[in-house]
Amino acid sequence: MALQPRIIPVLLLHKGGLYKTKQFKNPSYVGDPINAVRIFNEKEVDELFILDIDCSKENNEPNYTLIEEIVSEGFMPVGYGGGISSLLIAQRVFQLGVEKVILNTALENNQQLLADIAANYGAQAVVASIDYKKGFIAGTKAYFTNGCKRSRLTPQELAQIAEKVGAGELILNAIDREGTYQGFDINLLQQIVSSVQIPVVVSGGANTIADFDAAKQAGASGMAAGSMFVYQRPHNAVLISYPSNYFYP
Amino acid sequence: MLAYLGIISRISANHGDITSAERIILPGVGHFQHGMEQLEQLGFIDLLKKEVIENKKPILGICLGMQLLTKHSEEGNVAGLGFVDAQTKKFELQDASLKVPHMGWNTVEFKKDSLINTGVSMNPRYYFVHSYFVDCANQDDILCTTHFGQDFVSGFQHQNIFGLQFHPEKSHKFGMDLLANFCKI
Repeated sequence: MALQPRIIPVLLLHKGGLYKTKQFKNPSYVGDPINAVRIFNEKEVDELFILDIDCSKENNEPNYTLIEEIVSEGFMPVGYGGGISSLLIAQRVFQLGVEKVILNTALENNQQLLADIAANYGAQAVVASIDYKKGFIAGTKAYFTNGCKRSRLTPQELAQIAEKVGAGELILNAIDREGTYQGFDINLLQQIVSSVQIPVVVSGGANTIADFDAAKQAGASGMAAGSMFVYQRPHNAVLISYPSNYFYP
Repeated sequence: MLAYLGIISRISANHGDITSAERIILPGVGHFQHGMEQLEQLGFIDLLKKEVIENKKPILGICLGMQLLTKHSEEGNVAGLGFVDAQTKKFELQDASLKVPHMGWNTVEFKKDSLINTGVSMNPRYYFVHSYFVDCANQDDILCTTHFGQDFVSGFQHQNIFGLQFHPEKSHKFGMDLLANFCKI
């Protein structure tokens, strides 16, 4: 039997704080990232993704101090993305205790980096984030640099490339759905799962537990969610929650 | 996690630290051959033999660290430390839906009571990331097994020598139980 899929909270770092965006825009302040990690740790989350949404846009290196604090507060695997633009930077991040680095911009401008990290740390430590959205004329395309730059490639094409150049895992990140609670893009998830050998994590649009079941059915190895775990609706009041042990009764 | 448990630890490549330590943790992620070469370059092979085999100092190998305690690995086809009579083999799974590396959370079945698994939390699950697994020659050395396409040894204990294939430091209270126990041995 295959492993149970992992349910993964995604925490966005912006100006050193914890923020939440909608469709990659309008970051609103959620709170202190360390405090959030403490709560997620108590809830025994399967894994955490930490994404610094400033780094690639502003060409910054990761905030190593903050990453170190986050990792030392949590007793779960952590994937980090944002500003991983060289092997040296990746090395520093791994030394802080991060298990996986998440790359997106490098898929456009430095595919060799994925291969280099995989050669040094194993492919399982290299996660490619396939961000995509639908354009009126262009159709569904992959995006780079935190959703700022449209690629000529479709998400399906980019997924294939990412696997070929060394990624050991993919995050399929639907920009249009992010923060909207409209459910995962199950259709594309199925397509990607059947076209690559590596595990696929679906992200963007999680609303209820039923979405996790649907993603599991479609072959996801993990489901990532932000808003669902940091907000309480209807008014999006900040309240951290997590379905502990959902797939491990 | 060790700091959280109030245990003083030091990441060290210093012989004096290893000699004066009460216990040794041999962690490790990466390639087996590279791991052995590193130990050799640091002059750790004889040092560890002295501390672990002669002086019976408790040692805990984690992930690749566990595999390094075996006699041989198919990864690079090289000899290991050989402290435990076991081989490190590559997963050859028939089921195409199972992806290697075995990455994610899985359960274990404890095969014996040992100091390291005394009083562990109910229904434990642990975080695994590995493409090679350990096969013990002596059934008595098996601490626990895990199923992934096949049953494999996810933990062993031979006298003062312990190995865990999963990452206790990344496995919440389930892993913390084991680390806390090891630090009392």
